Amino acid sequence: MKILVCISNVPDTTTKIKFLNNNTTFDSAGVQWIINPWDELALTRAIELKEAHAGAVSEITVVNVGLPTTEPTIRKALAIGADKAIRVNLDPKDAYTVALQLSEIIKKDSFDIILCGIESSDYNGTSVGGMLSELLDFPSVSAVSFIDIEGDQLKLKREIDGGQEIIGISTPFIGIVQKGIAKDARIPNMRGIMMAKTKPLQVVEPVSADLYTDFVSFDYPKAKASCKKVDPDNVKELVNLLHNEAKVI
Amino acid sequence: MSILVFAENWDGKFKKQTFELISYAHALSKSMNTTVSAISIGKVDDEELNKLGTYGASKVLNVTDCRLYTLDNKTFTMAIAQAAAKENSKIIVFAQNNTGKAIAPRVSIRLKAGLASGVIGLPTSYEPFTIVKKTYTSKALANVIVKSDVKIITLSQNAYGIVENPTTANIEHFSPEIADTDIKTTVIEVNKITGKILLNDAEIVVSGGRGMKGPENWGGIEELAQILGAATACSRPVSDEGWRTHEEHTGQTGKIIAPNLYFAFGISGAIQHLGGISSSKCIVAVNKDPDAPIFEAADYGIVGDALKVIPELIAAIKELKAN
Ligand SMILES: Cc1cc2nc3c(=O)[nH]c(=O)nc-3n(C[C@H](O)[C@H](O)[C@H](O)COP(=O)(O)OP(=O)(O)OC[C@H]3O[C@@H](n4cnc5c(N)ncnc54)[C@H](O)[C@@H]3O)c2cc1C
Ligand SMILES: Nc1ncnc2c1ncn2[C@@H]1O[C@H](COP(=O)(O)O)[C@@H](O)[C@H]1O
Repeated sequence: MKILVCISNVPDTTTKIKFLNNNTTFDSAGVQWIINPWDELALTRAIELKEAHAGAVSEITVVNVGLPTTEPTIRKALAIGADKAIRVNLDPKDAYTVALQLSEIIKKDSFDIILCGIESSDYNGTSVGGMLSELLDFPSVSAVSFIDIEGDQLKLKREIDGGQEIIGISTPFIGIVQKGIAKDARIPNMRGIMMAKTKPLQVVEPVSADLYTDFVSFDYPKAKASCKKVDPDNVKELVNLLHNEAKVI
Repeated sequence: MSILVFAENWDGKFKKQTFELISYAHALSKSMNTTVSAISIGKVDDEELNKLGTYGASKVLNVTDCRLYTLDNKTFTMAIAQAAAKENSKIIVFAQNNTGKAIAPRVSIRLKAGLASGVIGLPTSYEPFTIVKKTYTSKALANVIVKSDVKIITLSQNAYGIVENPTTANIEHFSPEIADTDIKTTVIEVNKITGKILLNDAEIVVSGGRGMKGPENWGGIEELAQILGAATACSRPVSDEGWRTHEEHTGQTGKIIAPNLYFAFGISGAIQHLGGISSSKCIVAVNKDPDAPIFEAADYGIVGDALKVIPELIAAIKELKAN
């Protein structure tokens, strides 16, 4: 089996978000870029599967749609343990463009398990995995918090309100993963970092696409009115405010 | 032309979220001079389906195909896309929840429709069709133009609210064309907690962080939640340490919630935590550090010891409830 992990390159989760040019472009000055947290967990689980089922999983590829500036992030994925990488040379403008480019990659090469994160922490599209499944007409399962291989079948856990479902599915399939899929993301070790330098990173030119959506500008959320402080010796006052002023209890 | 809403049910019942979607679609339909149709998939009785009329749905397509009793992304997509074609729907509305996230993107490809996900209100313009969505884990908002003829929206929870628009819903049986071979997922087992208020549904959430010191101190949080009819939650380290179950973890990598009231006891207010709770209508923080970032997100705050404040809060609320 071959596994493909789709990785998105996003600002570090602590980044203060700022925009330039009348709030039309993201200000990347001083921003640290990371592998989208869910994608990093997906990659970790893919590596665990390869280790646990050495015969069954032959290769792990990571793919990113992005400009050359995303290569450090891709190299990090290789250092964590992916075998090879593909970069589609395009600035991803919306989820549809990304999904379309990914579908072209998957049509050219056959993958059995394709993993996407539930959302990328920049555009918060929660879209690419689902769009990709429909473009390829592959089955998809979303909110996946566990995956394992059982013979030629896969066993998954899907999070539902108040619980989980255990699901069986055969390949090829697209898993849209969330928290739980791996405990902690793997941290690359020295050997991994050295090896990553020589692992193959193939650059592919994009196919052209019509955009259905256009992110024209950004705004900052409304600032909160300042916090009303209540004396710790007067907890009753807090209850009074919540009841009479905020009217929430 | 119409607006189509995916009216999701949970064990045969609709939830507040479903009614919020219908209310929202009704407002859209007024601006666009059209009507709201809903599609329900699964086993839901007529009395429940009629409730969709209360919020403004004038038609309900009722899919009772027993092969669709559990969620299968592809076949649900087929059913909804066929309903959209039948109703000539120009806008299809989903909730930004697990099911909406799973299906809306698939439907968007099938219908060649632009998708705006995590939308927080009505369009700011209809020509061009412009709508506001959350981005950067709620740290920014984006103005998105959807250019396609058919458009798909997933609405953030509690972004619009519930509005009654009493109409009679005409319930119509609908049988989408689906072949057995289209169904690829088999649900082997379902494990559900019952009798507990779910985090995503709760109007009030009582949450604790590492400042609570240890799992033995959660009794107060549980009791407070119980008297308020609230759900309990926690920060990530608390669930990582195993003090509480992972189900309760809120934040960027956990659950994203928007209750009316969120209590944060001993939570520092890290940006990743705020990403999951900042849409709450009212946030109350109790933290012994006056400089804790949680106070920047909070509406009300107490600088003090949570372990001392919680029992006093319980007593004060009991007193309020008694009067
Ligand atoms: C990629 C990534 C994703 C993450 N996702 C999430 C996420 O989804 N959710 C999340 O919560 N975190 C997340 N985190 C972790 C986050 O950065 C913080 O570490 C975490 O939120 C801190 O949890 P805490 O506030 O409970 O603990 P701490 O930061 O340790 O804060 C404890 C607070 O309690 C106060 N305190 C101590 N004793 C008392 C007392 N007796 N009474 C009152 N107050 C007291 C202290 O002043 C302090 O402010 C993520 C981190 C990363 C890197
Ligand atoms: N530029 C990209 N390149 C590769 N994969 C991506 C890219 N953007 C998003 N993805 C994948 O799609 C998932 C969901 O992203 P989104 O729909 O943008 O929230 C991510 O977790 C990634 O797995």
